[in-house]
Amino acid sequence: MLGYTITQWLFGILSFLAVMFALLVVFSKNPVHSVLYLVLTFFCIAGHYLLMNAQFLAIVHIAVYAGAIMVLFLFVIMLLNLNEQHEPRRTSVSRIIGVIVAGLFLMVLVGVLKGTEQLQLTNTANAEAGLIKNLGQVLFNEFLFPFEIVSILLLAALVGAIMLGKKEVKENVNENRI
Amino acid sequence: MEKSSLLDYLPILIMFGIAAGFAGLILFLTHVVGPRRKTRVKLEAFECGIEPQGNARVPFSIKYFLVAIIFVLFDIEIIFMYPWAANFKVLGILGVIEVFTFIALLLVGFYYMLSKKALKWED
Repeated sequence: MLGYTITQWLFGILSFLAVMFALLVVFSKNPVHSVLYLVLTFFCIAGHYLLMNAQFLAIVHIAVYAGAIMVLFLFVIMLLNLNEQHEPRRTSVSRIIGVIVAGLFLMVLVGVLKGTEQLQLTNTANAEAGLIKNLGQVLFNEFLFPFEIVSILLLAALVGAIMLGKKEVKENVNENRI
Repeated sequence: MEKSSLLDYLPILIMFGIAAGFAGLILFLTHVVGPRRKTRVKLEAFECGIEPQGNARVPFSIKYFLVAIIFVLFDIEIIFMYPWAANFKVLGILGVIEVFTFIALLLVGFYYMLSKKALKWED
């Protein structure tokens, strides 16, 4: 088909859809619609993982990001006050700050992508490395230390979340005493 | 080493297609078959027969967020157990020790959560 393989066609279609849904995330007025478009973006990215022979990662990406993280996003939206009279006014200062932050992020991205020019990707020395069985063998032998570090990272995240989340209750108790 | 190819995903693709097609078909059928009587009473939000009052856009309690974030963290813990389960016999006793160390560290967090009563729903 026009000199492209089926993998290249899939890559092109998935990339187009991912970029299109990402733009819709930014441009949709309703924050809940943004979250739903973000779910579709994550599905496209999971398709990219499949093309790169990271099958387990693709499934985990859908389960964790499209499932769990998006629930968190929805809760954050519901924590905010969505009534229109409480809509924060976008001043020109906040717009300038936004442009500066986005520009810096773009610079970082361009810098990283420039660094990969020298990097020669040895394409799929082991095309089945992403399957769960092969992944487990690598994870529990070569990458054992990073795996154990992950548990400390999760522990830190759990403690941090409880510290920040329970603060409100403490304040309430104090208010009741007063 | 297990083998895989893009053709292995054909059943998953078919399943996605059937799921999306079924949802679309049902949405289409409700519009075609269902009667449409747009009166003021029928269009207002259903609130157990009580007159709706106020706005649905009230900020939620942060407790929902706390429960959700704790869920995500233990969700990630479970995901790391799948590669272990698939290699349980190959890894043997060493794998058991590795994963139990992992779980033990997270259990510390679990007991911290219980001792702080993070899941208790008092107002």
